[in-house]
Amino acid sequence: MKFLHLIMVFFFIGAFSFGGGIAMLPLIFQMVQEYHMLSPEKFSDLIAVSQAVPGAVAPNAATYTGLEYAGIPGGILAAFSIALPSFIIVLLVMKFMGRYRESRIVQGLFEGMRPTVIGLISAAVIFIAGTSIYRLAPFSVDLIPLGIFIITLILSGKFKINPIIIIVVMGTAGAFLCG
Amino acid sequence: MTKKNKAKELFVLFLAFFKTGFFTVGGGYAMIPIIQRVIVEEKKWLNETEMIDCLAVCQALPGAVAVNAATFIGNKRNGIAGAAVATAGMLMPSILCITAVVLLLGALGENTYISGAFTAIKASACGLIAVTVFGMAKKVLKNPFHWTVALLVFVAIGIFEIMAVIPIILGGTAGIIYTAVKRKRAEAGDHQ
Repeated sequence: MKFLHLIMVFFFIGAFSFGGGIAMLPLIFQMVQEYHMLSPEKFSDLIAVSQAVPGAVAPNAATYTGLEYAGIPGGILAAFSIALPSFIIVLLVMKFMGRYRESRIVQGLFEGMRPTVIGLISAAVIFIAGTSIYRLAPFSVDLIPLGIFIITLILSGKFKINPIIIIVVMGTAGAFLCG
Repeated sequence: MTKKNKAKELFVLFLAFFKTGFFTVGGGYAMIPIIQRVIVEEKKWLNETEMIDCLAVCQALPGAVAVNAATFIGNKRNGIAGAAVATAGMLMPSILCITAVVLLLGALGENTYISGAFTAIKASACGLIAVTVFGMAKKVLKNPFHWTVALLVFVAIGIFEIMAVIPIILGGTAGIIYTAVKRKRAEAGDHQ
């Protein structure tokens, strides 16, 4: 019964949450609370753990909830359940796109969606910076994260260093410098 | 293609997305520089424009963007089997890391080393994403229409914090109207 609950709840979340990652968390909270899947103290760990651990945020939150609710199989089940709706939808959309790729409508659609993605990703930089480099109200800038940001710009932009190496090095440095 | 080659190709696909998922820390957008490096530059499974199209589609659909991107690229490479393997590869780091953290540590708690590492990774991710989006912008933003859309979306999201799916729909609609008007004008110009 618990497994069935997990499948239903996370399938629902996967099908109806737009925007990805952090934008999915409110719906996850709502559903998890409604079905009493986590105790209040575990619930507050949910955000911290799902963002601080490697992996996409939504499957992280799903695995955490499933694991606490129904053990290791529960975690695995929840992760796959949250991914299943978009799995089906992406395949259907790609089939449709393949058929109508040459149509004027689809070409126009991408003509507008490509610059939209540029705007979205640029805004994400500001958003993530707001949780690591600067703070609003009162405005302040943390110098060490700012330094890490600038060094990353140089290493990645100028010297084309592999982002994986940069993340590992900066994460290690941050453990001692930013703590 | 022989069975053995097919299995090998699927395994490579799985590993590529496992690697991408494992180094995605702090949310879907942190995945973009990694996917750009691993999938576009190293494996050359998509070119840059296809990558941007993939992100546009994945943003517009429900679900986690990183997982959607894995399904999209997996399907493009090896059909449904490829999609399944790539998606599983992207999910696996979540499952393994969350399980390890919960079983070994109970929870992350207030560990200053971990929160320090996390702050640094996020600050670094800002730099990585900025470099990636700069490269994409050079490729995509070719005329005043593109610049206007990108700037409007940036302001709308950055300041008003609306959901990503809304600008994607509006931007797509604007693109359809823009290309239709441009075509009309070109046709009218031909007649003169």
